[in-house]
Amino acid sequence: MIDWGLIRESLWPLAVGMLAGTIPLTAIGFTAGLVLAVAVALMRLSRSRVVSGVARAYVSLIRGTPLLVQLFIIFYGLPSLGLTIPSWPTAIIAFSLNVGGYASEVVRGAILAVPRGQWEAASTVGMGYATTMRRIVLPQAARISVPGLSNTLISLVKDTSLASTILVTELLRVAQQIAAPTFQFFSLYVVAAIYYWVVCLVLSAGQARLERRLERYVSA
Amino acid sequence: MSGPLVTVRGIHKSFGDNHVLRGLDLSADAGTVSVLIGPSGSGKTTALRCLDALEVPERGTVRIGDVTVDYGASPDQRALRRLRAQSGMVFQAHHLFPHMTALENVMAGPALAQKVPREEARAQALELLGRVGLAEKADALPVQLSGGQQQRVGIARALAVRPRVLLFDEPTSALDPELVGEVLAVMKDLAGQGSTMVVVTHEIRFAQQVADQVLFLDGGVVVERGSAAQVLTDPREERTQRFLRRLTDPV
Repeated sequence: MIDWGLIRESLWPLAVGMLAGTIPLTAIGFTAGLVLAVAVALMRLSRSRVVSGVARAYVSLIRGTPLLVQLFIIFYGLPSLGLTIPSWPTAIIAFSLNVGGYASEVVRGAILAVPRGQWEAASTVGMGYATTMRRIVLPQAARISVPGLSNTLISLVKDTSLASTILVTELLRVAQQIAAPTFQFFSLYVVAAIYYWVVCLVLSAGQARLERRLERYVSA
Repeated sequence: MSGPLVTVRGIHKSFGDNHVLRGLDLSADAGTVSVLIGPSGSGKTTALRCLDALEVPERGTVRIGDVTVDYGASPDQRALRRLRAQSGMVFQAHHLFPHMTALENVMAGPALAQKVPREEARAQALELLGRVGLAEKADALPVQLSGGQQQRVGIARALAVRPRVLLFDEPTSALDPELVGEVLAVMKDLAGQGSTMVVVTHEIRFAQQVADQVLFLDGGVVVERGSAAQVLTDPREERTQRFLRRLTDPV
């Protein structure tokens, strides 16, 4: 039986879980991850084999291991080595590292997709590597990377639910906490799913708007 | 400074097994227009790009003004940048920065690379856009301009860094025929004002009207060199004659 009264009472606590847990985790993880991603992408494109090798190893490690295992290693594993990190910082660290790994490949691809002629034109008016990258290439790469980064962002929204396993009070964990004593698992989890979906719908709409705005540079 | 402004000696450049330039020599005096012609694959674009260090040849020297680069002595990036600063390049495909307005494109070199104060760079860029007839398009993005207008912005951008020599790599080849005239007109103006120009082009009429010297390239060397009248109307070399016949009477 669906307990509609319980669902109604849960709507606000679930919203708090989303607003105070899911969304800040996503926002901080994505922002920090993006900064990391640009740095890692530039490292991978470096001519130094050591620098690009370090970046390559990092991306391989992040992409080659489950996010859940990464969370467990930091939260449950590191304390046995004497390093205890609370659940929130653990989640932020793991999500940032994760976004950094995946998004760096999106950014790297976007940098490589900027036509060679842009580099040449910049060099003929006297720009060096750093100026060309910052003023000419990255602004164009940003437009190219919007679809890929949107994917990463939307994945992250849902991946934050994994933080419930390390006791972060976010949307899914709130749902679990309400469902457990009442056995209303179906209702609570469906409502939680709808909340995630709504957030992702809003982000997709934002992506579409951003793409339209950036489109004006490439077609009249 | 005596002697030619631009001197190129013994340039060799290969792409893999393809030996494109095989000991190319050329020189250009200050205030003159040199036109490079030649069949596809003759190395004329590569030769132009070696002047600007966009291609780094295996051997040979390039001197522009008082800057000399000996490519055989593996010059470092600083030396290449110094050479590059002597010239401005106009590309076949314009390569304007798409995220910047026409004005910002022209300002880019002075403001972002040469650290000219922004207001000064802006004023100079507006003046240059006026010179290529595009003052009223200053705030347009490249996509909002026609091909001919884009190329004229490209010319203004190249002028903005105050180069000693202007390099043109087939500046009209990618344009619709009705847009070629406006670009050539700007180039003629520049020539009339005493700019030193090296131009790779297939526009024989432009060469006839504007060039002080015409160089015919084939097989990675200069085969024939002389005044426009001599090379274009009375070529001595058989290869030049054949090329011009094909160009003027393609069918």
